[in-house]
Amino acid sequence: MKNSRLEHKPRVRTESRPQGQSAAGSAKSIKVNYLARVEGEGALFVKIKGHTVMDVKLKIFEPPRFFEAFLRGRKFTEAPDITARICGICPVAHQMSSCHALEDGCGVKVDGPLRALRRLLYCGEWIESHALHIYLLHAPDFLGYDDAIQMAKDHANVVQRGLKLKKIGNDIVALLGGREIHPINVRVGGFYRVPTRRELAPLAETLKWALDAALETVRWAATLSFPEFERDYEFVALRHPDEYPFNEGRLVSSRGLDLVVSDYEKYFVEEHVPHSTALQSVIKDRGAYFVGPLARYNLNFDKLSPVAQQAARKAGLGPVCRNPFQSLIVRSVELLQACEEALRIIAAYQMPDTPAVPVTPQAATGYGCTEAPRGVLYHRYRLDGQGVILDAKIVPPTAQNQKTIEDDLWNFVPPRLHLATDKLQWQCEQAVHNYDPCISCSTHFLKLHLEREP
Amino acid sequence: MAHASKPKLAVWKFASCDGCQLSLLDCEDALLAIAGAVDIANFPEASRAVVNGPYDLSLVEGSITTPHDAERIHKIRRASKFLVAIGACATAGGIQALRNFKDAKQFAAIVYARLDYLEMLNKSTPIADHVFVDFELRGCPINKMQLVEVLNAFLHGRKPNTPRYSVCVECKLCGTVCVMVGKGVPCLGPVTQAGCGAICPSYGRGCYACFGPKETPNTASLSNRWAHLGVRPDDLVRAFRGFNAYAEPFRKESETHEK
Repeated sequence: MKNSRLEHKPRVRTESRPQGQSAAGSAKSIKVNYLARVEGEGALFVKIKGHTVMDVKLKIFEPPRFFEAFLRGRKFTEAPDITARICGICPVAHQMSSCHALEDGCGVKVDGPLRALRRLLYCGEWIESHALHIYLLHAPDFLGYDDAIQMAKDHANVVQRGLKLKKIGNDIVALLGGREIHPINVRVGGFYRVPTRRELAPLAETLKWALDAALETVRWAATLSFPEFERDYEFVALRHPDEYPFNEGRLVSSRGLDLVVSDYEKYFVEEHVPHSTALQSVIKDRGAYFVGPLARYNLNFDKLSPVAQQAARKAGLGPVCRNPFQSLIVRSVELLQACEEALRIIAAYQMPDTPAVPVTPQAATGYGCTEAPRGVLYHRYRLDGQGVILDAKIVPPTAQNQKTIEDDLWNFVPPRLHLATDKLQWQCEQAVHNYDPCISCSTHFLKLHLEREP
Repeated sequence: MAHASKPKLAVWKFASCDGCQLSLLDCEDALLAIAGAVDIANFPEASRAVVNGPYDLSLVEGSITTPHDAERIHKIRRASKFLVAIGACATAGGIQALRNFKDAKQFAAIVYARLDYLEMLNKSTPIADHVFVDFELRGCPINKMQLVEVLNAFLHGRKPNTPRYSVCVECKLCGTVCVMVGKGVPCLGPVTQAGCGAICPSYGRGCYACFGPKETPNTASLSNRWAHLGVRPDDLVRAFRGFNAYAEPFRKESETHEK
């Protein structure tokens, strides 16, 4: 079958990115050959000549793994287990998007307590992933440490709080999923086994601590100092009439997109650029967009709990935040939301009669979109009548943010050219970390010819 | 963090999902203690600090899939006193080794528009196909307690204590009733190495072989049993072609059932 992905066209520079006027200036470049504190293998390349940024490339050199190719010929029931292996940090997200897509194709709706348990599982992944990113991957940038272990020497309580929050998220995933990484208990139609109320009760106890710790996280996050930086992004996230989005909703954007998930490929396309093994996504005829916590927050502020809204306001955020560095605060607000939501689900939980609804395969195409911790995660599968996957498409959040990350750097670097190179490099890395890029996910899957700049 | 007396630990990544190295960060309660016992000299997922080699212990995640990586692993071997391969990708080629059964170029064309941007080897292979490996820790993902055991064993100069027997033994230890005997659920437990704690049967599903083949597995006998349960040959092929598809006993068994 023909590949629907586009070949990349060289970018057309706009006036806001003047090139080469200050030819007298000496050329320098910022190279981060191996980006640290990201999941996967990426590099950053910024070329500067005089007072002008000449080039920005977020290079993703994660080797390709070809998931979409080897899903062909597999049974639909295997997709949640196989796609989990795309990413060790957000396996639940891939399991959720694949289940929803396949259930959509087979005309099955999972509701009631099973749906609530899926939300609970997702809460666990959000808590684990957000705590990891806030405390271990992003905070060291703001406080000037190479890593959280060094940070722990001066901020032991803060790092301990982060680790404990992360563990509580992992505990939820481990109880519902069987283990923290690559859970075994998720299947198309529901679960293999569902917990009793009694089994969930100990989680509620630790979650009460987590709720306080998450509130404290928001307060603490607000005390960090954030670079002045805003852009007029197009935010894209799911939106659901009754809840802050995890598993379901319409895809909406801050510039008026409002579509059902099955129309995703009518509006979004992927391009294959030479410097990246991740395919870059753009909105057709419009360009880069922004997915993730900031997008969800801006498009769903009214769906946050009153406690989360209040915590956000106290931290100095309004209903819209356009500073990607403040995504650290927004992630903390979502951490709080996830802890509250998990407690609500556990309190209301009634054990369902069966752990899964029966799913009979049919020849069809199914579409699924859920909110991974890092943003919109799209899966699409075409099945034959026996439930064999004929083809699959997976678009992870980092592939969607990749172009926006590069655009951020185009704008972020010029006013900071006076900084010493090592300081500027540090800040550029921090700007990439704003997106919590998950390169393992976004690499569908190559090793590219690196363009060596002089 | 430069304490000259502490052994230097490095973590390296090849084609993988990052989950196995994340297991180190998932040792939440033990993480700071581990960081106190070793000098974390290279762990890009967690730190931007890099201490030059040589390293006392290298943990290697992921499989070799590109010409560049096939060279890089030799450099890492030369810089490492002990090298431990962690996870199914590093010990068996991982799920991406499914391409070893097909034409890799065709696979790539399904995902990517421009093949000339790609540089890759035809097969995804485990670390031990390229360099000498001191120890292999199995699992997709690895069990973090087994990882702590490996670190502990290394620090005390002994061999890691990780069993080579089957998942069945773990089921018995957990008191889980056999899903295959009791409910007729096909299970790969009898041919799969222990290590996960027999999670799947305790959740009512059959084992799907995350930890790869046990020592001397009788795969043919298990396939027979599965056939009696009504499993068709193409589903047998799929079952043995999971995260450890390219481990020899599983590869051979899957090929037996392929038309």
